[in-house]
Parts: sequence; structure tokens; C-alpha cells
Amino acid sequence: MNLTRRHMLLLLPAAGAAWKYVLAGTPEAAPNYKLSEHWWGMLIDLTKCIGCGSCVRACQTENDVPEGYFRTWVERYHVTDYDIENPQVDSPDGGKKGFPPAKDPSGKNFFVPKLCNHCADSPCTQVCPVGATFISPDGVVLVDKTYCLGCRYCVQACPYGCRFINPTTNTAEKCTLCYHRIRKGLTTACCENCPTGARQLADLKNPSDPIHEFLKTHSVQVLKPYMATHAKVFYNGLDGSVR
Amino acid sequence: MQGVEGFMYPNEVELQWSVLIVLYPFLTGLVAGAFILASLERVFNVEAVKPTYRLALLTALAFLLVAPLPLQLHLGHPERSFEMYLTPHSTSAMAMFGFVYLWYLMAVLVLEIWLDYRRDIVVLSQTTTGLTRLIYRALTLGSSNISEHALHIDDRVGWVITLIGIPSAFLLHGYVGFIFGSIKANPWWSTPLMPVVFIFSAMVSGIAAVMLLYMLLTWLRKQTIDMRCVDTIAQYLFYTFLIDFTLEMLDLIHRIYESDESFRSLDFMVHTKLYVSHILVQIILGTITPILLLASTQVLKISDMARKRIYATAGCLTMIGIFAMRWNVVIGGQLFSKSFLGYTTYKMGLVTREGLLTAIVLTLLPLVILWGLVKLLPPWPEKSPAVPGASAAH
Repeated sequence: MNLTRRHMLLLLPAAGAAWKYVLAGTPEAAPNYKLSEHWWGMLIDLTKCIGCGSCVRACQTENDVPEGYFRTWVERYHVTDYDIENPQVDSPDGGKKGFPPAKDPSGKNFFVPKLCNHCADSPCTQVCPVGATFISPDGVVLVDKTYCLGCRYCVQACPYGCRFINPTTNTAEKCTLCYHRIRKGLTTACCENCPTGARQLADLKNPSDPIHEFLKTHSVQVLKPYMATHAKVFYNGLDGSVR
Repeated sequence: MQGVEGFMYPNEVELQWSVLIVLYPFLTGLVAGAFILASLERVFNVEAVKPTYRLALLTALAFLLVAPLPLQLHLGHPERSFEMYLTPHSTSAMAMFGFVYLWYLMAVLVLEIWLDYRRDIVVLSQTTTGLTRLIYRALTLGSSNISEHALHIDDRVGWVITLIGIPSAFLLHGYVGFIFGSIKANPWWSTPLMPVVFIFSAMVSGIAAVMLLYMLLTWLRKQTIDMRCVDTIAQYLFYTFLIDFTLEMLDLIHRIYESDESFRSLDFMVHTKLYVSHILVQIILGTITPILLLASTQVLKISDMARKRIYATAGCLTMIGIFAMRWNVVIGGQLFSKSFLGYTTYKMGLVTREGLLTAIVLTLLPLVILWGLVKLLPPWPEKSPAVPGASAAH
């Protein structure tokens, strides 16, 4: 097609209008972000999770997660009748490509997305010999990869299997709750890409965050509460078989 | 997935701590055990073990010098390890490593060895020539006073250091046990008994190692083995081993009787993936057999030659058993999923940074260092050099 001056005059305002939307997707600088005003966590409504793996794919793309390792993953539980102490669990490739059809029609099947629980009393930060992993004042457990020794003690100490050693940097890695995004007023990649809204970023210090209403009106649970880590990833509809 | 049975959290499939981390508690255990054996003579005046006193100290030093190497080789960023000294994290058990290590190496072991050998070093710096003389001169640290009064002070200070050294040896290895025992996420490790079991197993391995080394070196030197000495060491080994085994069985029985949520998973692991290393090698071959062998020497009248053979066999089996114990703690603790629903496999590399070859080299390296130390500072009482001009050695 030959681009004439007339076409250009028509296209430029359209491109200008489109550019506004491009910019809207670009994280804003956040000069007004105050660490002390936030306390981040996540709400996962298991009744809404369909096990599509969008969250896993979004996380891997957003955070450049190395192949074979997971900052978030999805497990599928199969529980027959009352035998909740012996669930059958699978998570092929971390549920990244969804799940094959369930083989056993009896019992119940459900999906459980997992990620770092950003524990307020995190065993992983406790054991780090140099303090390379720490809890930020706004409640996110982070790793300083320029400081981490790669001793792997934190990987051993995490009760949920959320940490791994990045084979390229040789340092500990885990979910950062997309810290680079949430500081700029965006939500996490996994929450943004969840087609059913099963995952919701929650600011527990923000009184107008819908999490407060949800927690008031639903029975929610955290994983392995007996570990007393004060996990901040809350699950709605969590079955007793999940570990 | 290959090597995985059941369900593992996806990040758990790869083992984090390799054979080198098995080696670390094994080596520090030998240090602590050898030192405690040495302290028997010094603090508790057990005269019978005197022939092994200096050898035990040198053995402890040789193994202590190598102990941090497996850790260093294991780190993702070894060049950052000094950060543990500069910015130790106060809540981390591991952050204590550097300080406990340095305290034990410099304030206890090196100082005690130097004080004990000071007279010999001064004499050798005056009687040898060439490079050897320079080395001994440097080792005197400028102190050449070996008057009776000075030696008496050395002896008193050495005694005090040994006294401090005993709890330090306990600290060194109890602390290693605490690193594992304090991980609440891992039920195979998480028990307050872990530091205590580590201390007693350390004493067992250290005593056995010094006994074996004494017998081997005496045989190589074509000297007669002091049977009163090895009998006493074997007796201590026997009693310490009994305490160690009792503690381990207490832990086991407690786990079986309590049968908490992790029990079925761990029990299955012990009967499958850990069966050979735990049941056969650690418990039957490496614990019950040497205990029975040592017990036989306590209750039966056995000839010197046969006793020597029994001690040598029991000593070797003990070393195998304690190494298997370290293996089962470190590797076993990573084979099962924290979901208690699956198991992974440890694939050891051969010629890799954390592989078998490195482990073998690191196991042999302390023996090479010990050889050098024995050459430099002969631990044998009859080799103590005579003061030039004096009619007899002290």
C-alpha cells in the first residue's frame, strides 16, 4: 500500500491515541510509594481456579524464570472419599501447560496454585547467614542476588518448597510478588493473567482493599498453619488434604 | 520425571546439599572427637592414652584445616563467603560458622599445639640447619625461653586452654548438629537430639580415627603398639558408642511411637531408598557390629594380636558407620518431599565440583596434611629432641 500524506494525517492521531494505551501498560514511576503504608499478601480463591496454568506462564515470562524451576506452580489434587490423608497430587511441568484429563472419575479433583507465602515470620530469612534474603518493610520476602552466597540453607528452611537456586546466577530465587510491578501500582503478573480472578493481590494495610471484606465473610486458611510462619497467602476453599 | 516417585514440589526434585555437605560434619566430627580424646590425658589425667595425646591434637588440626573446604566448594558464590564475618546475620545458625571455626582453630587448637610443642620447636630451631631451621625459627614466634619456669607456665596455660577446648569442641560439633536440628520444615532433621547425637557420634569417630592412626603409624614405624593405650581407647570408644547408639535409638523409637504426619513417608524412605545406607551400613555394619566386637574385648580374654585385629576392624567399621550416619542425615533429609507424598534421587557427579572425586580428594587431604605435621612436629614421646648441651631429654 502506498502511504500518502492523507493516510498519514489520518494515522497519526490514531497512533497518538494508541500510544496513550501503550504508556498505560508501562509501569509508572512511583515516587510517592511509601513502604510503611503497605503490607502485601495474596488471596487465592480455589473455588475459581481452573488449572489453566496462565499464572505459571505469566510468571515465567515476566520474571525470566529458568526452565525447570518455578516461582509459582499449580498442583492438582485428587482425593477419594474420606481418605484426605492420602491425596494423589500431580503438577506436570508445574502446571504450566494445564493438566491432562483426570483419570479417576471418582472422588474430587481441584487445583491449588502455590507461590512464596511471604511469611511474616519466615524461616528462610531467619537462616540466611548474611541477611541476603530479608522481609521488606512492606511485607515482601526478597533476595539480594548481589549478596547471596548460594549456601542453599534458605531452600532447606522453606516448608513450602518455594525456593530454588538459579543455575545462571547461582543464587537463591523465589517469588518477589512482582515487586517491580506492585511498587508502581500494578498487580502481579500471575494475578493480572488469571482468567477467573482466582488470584488477587492484597494490601493488608489498605483499609479499602477488598481482601478485608472477603476475609470477614469467608473461611480462609493458610498452608501448613502448624509451621507458625504467619503466611500471607490466604486460600479460600482450602481442602484439608492440601499440604 | 526421572528419579522421582510420587509427588515432589517441583523445586524439590534437585538436591541442594551434596556429598560435600556430608563430608563437612564428618570432618568436623573427627576434629571434635580427636580433641576430646586428647583432653582425656591432659585434663582428666588418663595416663594410659598419653602416647596418642599429641597425635590426637595434630589429627584434629589436620582435619580442621580441611573442614571448611567442602563448604567453600559448595557455595554458589565462594568469593562472598567472607561476608559471613563482615555482616553475620544474628538469627542464622550458619552465620556462627566462621566465628566458631576461628575460635576453635586459633584460640584452642593452634595455641594448645604450639604451647605443647614450644620446647621441641625451640630445641629444633637450634639443632637443625637450612630451611628446616628457618621453619622452626618462625614457629618459635620469637620466644626461645625454655627454662623450667617458662615450661611450667606453658603447661598451666595449656591445661586451661584444654579446659576451655572441651566445651569448644562440643560447641563446634553441637553447632553443626544444630544447623540441621533447627530446620522445622524438615522432620528428618528437626529434633533437639540432633546436636547431642552429633556430639557423641563425633566423639566416636574421632576416638576411632586416632586409635586407627596410632596403630597404623606405630606399625609403619616398626614400633610396638602400647596395648594398655589402645585397650583404654577402645574402652572409651565402646562406652561412647553405647551412648551414641542409645541416643540414636531413642530418636528412632520416639519417631516410631509418636508416628506423626511425617512418619509414614520417612518410614517408607528408610525401607527403600535409605535401606542400604541406613539399616545395613549405618546400623548393622557400622554400629552394632563394632559395638559387639568392642564388647567382646571387654568381657572375653583375648590375646594381644587378636585384640589388635578386633580394634582395627571395629575402628574401620566405626568410621564407615559414622560416615553413613552423616550421609543418611544430609542426603536422607532431602530425598523425601516436604509434602510427604514423594521421593527424589540423589545423583552424585563423578568429576564435578561437588562430585565423588572432589569428595575423595577432600577426605585424603587431611591425611596428607597430617603426614606433613607429623614430619614437622613428631608426636612420639621418644622422638622428643634433647636440649643441646643437656645430658638427657626432659
